[in-house]
Order: sequence, then C-alpha cells, then structure tokens
Amino acid sequence: MTDVTERIPLLSAPADDPIPADDQLLAARLVAPRRPGLWVSAALLLVLAAMLVHTLVTNKRFQWPIVRGYFFEHSILHGLELTIWLTAAVLVTGYLLGTAVAAARLSKNPILKSLGFGFVWLIRSVPMLVQLLFWYELASLYPRLSLGIPFGPEFATFKTAHLFGGILAAFVALSLDVAAFSAEIIRGGILAVPAGQVEAAQALGLGRGRIFRRIVLPQAMPAIVPASGNLLIGMLKATSIVSVIAVQDLLYSSQLIYNENFQIIPLLLVATLWYIVLTTVLSIGQYFVERRYARGTNRRGDGFGALFRRNLPLFGRGGLATGATGSGS
Amino acid sequence: MTADGARPLVRVRGLRKSFGAHRVLDGVDLDVAEGSVTVLLGPSGSGKSTLLRCVNHLERPDAGFVEVAGEVVGYRYHDGRLHELPAREITRQRTQVGMVFQQFNLFPHLTVLENLVEAPVAVRGVPKSEAAAKAGELLARVGLAGREGAYPRELSGGQQQRVAIARALAMEPRLLLFDEPTSALDPELVGEVLGVIRDLAVGGMTMIIVTHEIGFAREVADQAVFLDGGRIVESGAPSDVLDRPGNERARAFLSAVL
Repeated sequence: MTDVTERIPLLSAPADDPIPADDQLLAARLVAPRRPGLWVSAALLLVLAAMLVHTLVTNKRFQWPIVRGYFFEHSILHGLELTIWLTAAVLVTGYLLGTAVAAARLSKNPILKSLGFGFVWLIRSVPMLVQLLFWYELASLYPRLSLGIPFGPEFATFKTAHLFGGILAAFVALSLDVAAFSAEIIRGGILAVPAGQVEAAQALGLGRGRIFRRIVLPQAMPAIVPASGNLLIGMLKATSIVSVIAVQDLLYSSQLIYNENFQIIPLLLVATLWYIVLTTVLSIGQYFVERRYARGTNRRGDGFGALFRRNLPLFGRGGLATGATGSGS
Repeated sequence: MTADGARPLVRVRGLRKSFGAHRVLDGVDLDVAEGSVTVLLGPSGSGKSTLLRCVNHLERPDAGFVEVAGEVVGYRYHDGRLHELPAREITRQRTQVGMVFQQFNLFPHLTVLENLVEAPVAVRGVPKSEAAAKAGELLARVGLAGREGAYPRELSGGQQQRVAIARALAMEPRLLLFDEPTSALDPELVGEVLGVIRDLAVGGMTMIIVTHEIGFAREVADQAVFLDGGRIVESGAPSDVLDRPGNERARAFLSAVL
C-alpha cells in the first residue's frame, strides 16, 4: 500500500501516465466528466427556440395586432369566465364523487364494491363527447322525468327539455367523467400506502374516518397530486368540447367571432394563449400542493425560485455545469 | 401464573386461524397474568405473530376466543352465538392494548410529537397541551427527550422503535404487544430498544413479546412459550423452556439460535 512502485498498473491506464504518488492524488483537483452531448443538445435547443420566436415575430399571418385587439374583448373574457368556473365546478363535484367511488371500490361491502366498479367501467367506456351529447339530448330519450314509486304512482314530473340546458349537460357529463378517472387515481394513491400504517393506527384505537383523513389520505397525496394535475389540466382544456353543444366557453366565443370576421388563426391564438395562461397558473399551484404533501420526506422544496431551478434547470443557477449531475440540493 | 387466584389479564382459549389451506393457529390456550411478561418463541411461520395480532383483533380468529380484561375481544356473546362487534366497539377495546411493530410503522408525515399525541387527543379526548406534556415525559423515559419536532425519517431505527413504544404508551394501555421489535434493527441498535422494554418490565407493565432474542427472553420473561406448527409445544418458566426443553423441535430451534 505504501510503496508506489509495488502497485500493479490498471490495464486501461494510458502508458505515458506515470503512476501518481499518494500525495499527488490527495492534492489533485476533482474534475467532473465532460458532457459534450449536453452542450450540443442545449445549443440545438436554443437554436430551435430562437427559430420559433423568429417565426412568431416575422410571420405576418399570425396577425399579432388582431390577437392583441381581441385578447381582452368582452365576449372572450366572458367565455374565459365560463371556462374557469365550469372547470372549477366540474372538478369539485367530480373529485367529491370520485373520492366516494374510490372508497366504495376499496370497501369490503360487496354492493358498494360492485357499484363503484360498474360506475368506473361505464363512464370510462363512453367517449366524453358521446356522453355530453347523451345528456344534452336526454329530452329525446326521456321527455319526462318523474319522482315516484317504480311501476306505481308518480309524485312529481319534470320536462327534461327544461332541465338539461347546454351548461347543465356539460357540467353533468364532465363531472361524471372526472369522477370516474379521479376515483382510479385516488384508489391507486390509497393502495400505495403501506398496510402497516393502517394497522398501527387501528392498534392505537383510531376510528376509520380519522384513519382515512389523518393517516391514509395525507400519505396517498404524493401519489394522487401529480396524476390529478394531469387530469385537472386535461379537464380545463376538455371543457372546450362544450362548444359542440353551443355553450359559450372560451373556444366557442372565439369561434363565434371568427365565423363573422374570418380571422381564424388570430382568434385561435387568443384562445390558445388564454389556455396557456390558465395551465401555467394550475401547474404552479400543483408544484406548491406537491411541496405541501412532501412533509416528512426529503423532497421538500424551498420557495418560489426552486420552482424554476428544479423544473427548468437549463436556465437556473449553475445550469449546465452542475445540473446534469443530479438534484444535489 | 394464576397462583394468587386473580383472573389473568389475557386468556386465550382454543384459538384457531387459517389463511386459505394453511393452518397458522391450531388450538392455542394461553394465560397472561397482569403485570407479567410473556415471550413467544418459535420458528418463523409457527404462528407467533398471528397469535399476537388476534389479541387486538387485527386478525379475526376462525374459532376459539381471546379475552382481555374480562372482555371477549372483537365479539359479544349472546344466545349461544358470538356476534362480531361494530367497528366502534372494537376500536374501544383496542385502546387498552398497545402494539409495537417490527417495522415501527410510525406515521412518516407527522412529527414525533404529532405521532404521540394523535391517538390520545383523537380517541381519548385529552387536551392537546396535556397530551404534549405527557408526550414529553414519555420521550424522556425512552431516552429521546427534546426530539418532539423530528420527523421519523430523521431518526435511526432504534430511535424510531423507541418513539413507537412511547406512542403505544401514550394511550396508557393495560397490555403491550411487541411483534419482533428488534428484528429490523442494526445489531448495535438492538440494545437501546431492549433496554426500554426491560425498564417497562421492571415497572410492572403487562407485555407479550414475540422475539428471537433468547438472552433477553431469559432475563425479562416470567413465562416463555414455544410455538411450532400453530400449537404451543412448550411453556413455563423461562429457565425450564429455554434451558431444558422437553420438546424435540424446541430443542433443535433453541440450539440453532443460541
């Protein structure tokens, strides 16, 4: 060990490199491996980004002045508002229902279990557009809905044509869709919590509701949140499907305008930009919710700046020089 | 064990349990006197853990019963039948039986303090400040004073298991169950956990301990029970069971682990 000359040189060591002495090794500076591929791909990415900006700016047919003119137009903002609250209402209703369905599927009660499975199977099998049209056209399938005893007397009757306007049909169809998909996300998250956690809570004498709220759900959240972010953002954009039943959401408001003035691309851009804005807000929200539920793990972030450093390391401090070697922090 | 005439705190009679075709418990009878320490020994698969888990109804027996403090666990006798209790009643029964697991099973998203006060506050309605003060005392007792704010993953295995013991004690149980409390620990951390259990034994806590630590068993146990194939094949004073086992299987097992 102590005598340098006794060392057997490695087969791969270059012949002209003399075997270093221990003190040389101790004094040597550590150098990270070169990553030429990283630099080349970064350069390529920047060129592509520059090209994208260039074409956006120079191609007159994007008609940015018209985009700007319509961006805050009254009917567009009105459509935006409808898109936002429809999404919010659908998500709240869908997730409440979805949690119940997940609980039903995980319960020991055979009736609830079958009911939950059947609901998820049915809703996931029918395309969202078809569901939407079904609810919208419910009046032609069941002209009247009545409350009463099956095969017996009826107490109250509604005309479905009055009941299911476009917005309500959209709300019901989308909520059911979210419920089915969120139920599976929530169920997956719950199954990811080790059984020992529930046993420990049971052994302490905690009740079932308390175990679910306080022990299981918080530990299921890290698995639930990213998938839910996906579902949420997907749903935000999927609300644009309601334009087929003439609900004036963001997209349909744009369509109404370009049907009159034929400025198709600029108005689609207006809608697109608004969707990007909303999605960005939601993504930031997701980041902070994820951080909230990273309690007790080593994945805790630190403030707003981390949002950029972690997700876009290309532009962060250190960037290419250190970024690729791992998260480090 | 019942020499003084008092009814044992735990009485197990004719306990049977199968998982599918595999018979894990095949008619077990056991008495545990209040204030005594019982160790359950035996090869893996002999039914030690299942027996322990039947005592707080984490497993539902197929036949036979477990009685803790005069109450049949998990069931109510009525008219020649044993009716399974509603969840709330089972929960109430569990509050007097604490359990410590091989894998600690601390709640990783809660701090040490939150782990300790959760059940007393939620189940027994103890005021938060009072529960926190009690938690501080318990942590001091297991040698972890001042670690209230730590998360479980910031602690070593031995420390986590000591927190788990403190968490069980926070409910002031009449009986503590240990399911291989040191089997998941690095050898150097085993001693600190056994030390805490030893202190509890000296303090008069009634305990049933599944363990492979034969030396420890000999030292703290009032009663040693050896299981094999779901039956008790040897039981009595530790010196008899551990040093002069009559049963062939017990002798082979003990000579292998010693």
